Amino acid sequence: MMDLSTKIYLDYAATTPVDERVVEAMLPYFSRDFGNPSSVHGFGQQAEAALENARERIASVLQTSASEIVFTSCGTESDNLALRGAVLSQRTQRGANHLLITPVEHHAVGHTAEQLARYYGFELEYLPIDQYGCVDPQDVKARIRPDTALVSVIYANNEIGTINPVDEIGVVCREHGVLFHTDAVQAAAHLPINLEAAQIDLLAIGAHKFYGPKGVGALFIRKGSNLVPSQTGGAQEYGMRAGTQNIPYIVGMAEALRLARLERSERSGKLIPMRDRLIGQVLEEIPGVRLTGHPERRLPNHASFVFEGVDGNTLSMMLDGAGFACSSGSACKTGNPEPSGVLLALGLSPAWALGSLRVTLGKGTTPQEVDQFLSVLPGVVERVRALQG
Amino acid sequence: MTVNNRGVKVVVAMSGGVDSSVAAALLVERGYDVTGMMLRLWSEPGAEEANRCCTPDAMGLARKVADKLGIPFYALDAKAEFHNTVVRYFTDGYLKGVTPNPCLVCNRNIRWEFLLNRARAFGAEFLASGHYARIHRREDGRFELWKGIDPHKDQSYALSMLHQEQIAQTLFPVGEFTKPDIRQKARDFDLPVAERAESQDLCFIGDRDYRRFLNEHAPDATHPGLIRNRKGEVIGRHNGLAFYTIGQRKGLGIASPTPHYVLEKNLATNDLVVGKEDELGQKTLVAHSASWILGEAPGETFSAQVKIRYRAEFASGMVFPLDASHFRIEFDEPLRDITPGQGAVLYNGEVCLGGGIIQESFE
Repeated sequence: MMDLSTKIYLDYAATTPVDERVVEAMLPYFSRDFGNPSSVHGFGQQAEAALENARERIASVLQTSASEIVFTSCGTESDNLALRGAVLSQRTQRGANHLLITPVEHHAVGHTAEQLARYYGFELEYLPIDQYGCVDPQDVKARIRPDTALVSVIYANNEIGTINPVDEIGVVCREHGVLFHTDAVQAAAHLPINLEAAQIDLLAIGAHKFYGPKGVGALFIRKGSNLVPSQTGGAQEYGMRAGTQNIPYIVGMAEALRLARLERSERSGKLIPMRDRLIGQVLEEIPGVRLTGHPERRLPNHASFVFEGVDGNTLSMMLDGAGFACSSGSACKTGNPEPSGVLLALGLSPAWALGSLRVTLGKGTTPQEVDQFLSVLPGVVERVRALQG
Repeated sequence: MTVNNRGVKVVVAMSGGVDSSVAAALLVERGYDVTGMMLRLWSEPGAEEANRCCTPDAMGLARKVADKLGIPFYALDAKAEFHNTVVRYFTDGYLKGVTPNPCLVCNRNIRWEFLLNRARAFGAEFLASGHYARIHRREDGRFELWKGIDPHKDQSYALSMLHQEQIAQTLFPVGEFTKPDIRQKARDFDLPVAERAESQDLCFIGDRDYRRFLNEHAPDATHPGLIRNRKGEVIGRHNGLAFYTIGQRKGLGIASPTPHYVLEKNLATNDLVVGKEDELGQKTLVAHSASWILGEAPGETFSAQVKIRYRAEFASGMVFPLDASHFRIEFDEPLRDITPGQGAVLYNGEVCLGGGIIQESFE
């Protein structure tokens, strides 16, 4: 086994460690309270109670009703169910054939939309974005058509951290009677989400971004949204998602989201100053660097950059060698450098876009770790630049 | 030994094969701080699986080995560099009418430049690989390249164009062992690659015929033409000079009671010149791109054992350095298949002295 005890983890947007309180909450549901919530007997009733209790908790954090929460296996599955389910239903109900998304979606939305266009004949249109990857609600208004089946705009971007004005976009969609979905997988860890007030119809989350376990997610489906289920079978999850529910993971997600809500301001209060110091110092001290994403309207833990003349993959590798686990927007473990579509959509040239670095902080991050990172980064960037020369 | 190596950072070039996996395991056993790196060198749309050494499958194996050994592993992209140096060298060679050996260039420019630079920037003192060769430190502090212990597997030929500073930063852990030893070690270390087949062909061509590769990547090297004898008489037709090598007998398609052999390729006329067995055999060659492991030729004139291909037998001869980049070899006995473009690699017993690229040969 590799010894990672001396490594500093700065990749909380990729995933987070499961909070020990969450593990505690999950443990009884593996071997002791193991029932199938669909069963009639006591074991089943106990499991069903745990399931519905978790649903209630999640609904209360999101300020909505439990009957509007559907459990899935991850954020990606939630996005799939939202997109596929909404557009197929809208086409059947009213012949709507137009799908409006942004060019900076996570692949869970982007690739699903492309498949819907290519194999199902939907007309896919991309909303314009500004240099920060932000959508203007007026552009949504201008592009919505009578046959628009769904608008999907990412809540907070995983690669560049930008937060979109989803409340205003929701209002525009509601005015035009069009369903609005948002991928809130990154946002749920950090931002207050009030579905009672917002005009969002569909919202996807995944537990492992907020110190819950991998392999579980949820989709908020506003009453009356009428989706076609993508996974068919039994009647679980109001018929929206067949398959026996993963009780320990669902319980874990509910507890993790409750803690995220409870500790939100405390966590953000710690994260934002560290983030701002990190961004400020990198921009000041390293030549040939740009911040990607919005300077203010961004996730509290998220710093992302592009470096001119740097290979992002090599940079991540060198940083890992120096003891810091970060990621590159262009990164992929196979060493195949493709500039990120999100960064190209911001108008960056491939030469800049290949040099991306994402540093995302979390509960475990200390100001000392940020200092250590800042003391190492300039030298590493310089060494990687020398290799490109 | 283990104590001295502790904390010394080494990057191992891993391919997912037996030799580089055992190399990594041996270094871990000896106490080094080991990191695995794998180069992605080549992929062709639709033929991603055809090349041998950097397929997703090979990468998966290398990752498994790294995990087993508890070492970090990274994949690096070198496709552009590999294409611009190695593949272009290969196709350009055929366009010039020679039979190039791209492995020599790959080792010098990709593994011991691109990868060595990254290993150094990563903080490593050494780059290691699974080659069967040895390094010997002389009393004067310079380093010699020696043959691997196993005469059937010795790979010093392909490393003969490395320079002193490259070798000084290199480790060849498997060169001290025979191939059967290394397979046994792979089993002893319980590496998931112990029974993997040898890779022998050019990695970027893999299982495919190199003729098809040339048709696709250097179509100008594959124009059909005439086969003539030494007298200039047309005695057949060829499919493109690139498809023949000096000394080749099979596949000429000449109807004749006695076999014909390829003697020469005439690029200017696109003629393939063939002859009888007694016309084969040349005693002298001139090589360009001379490269000496110690940085300079061993003497004004010296005797050496010479390999004119990776798989050739050793042939004895006298070597005459002509200038900084050329040398002439006069062999004791004529050789039938001196092939321009291949390396002429010189040895003194176990020691690889360096070599050059065969330019031309004479009787």
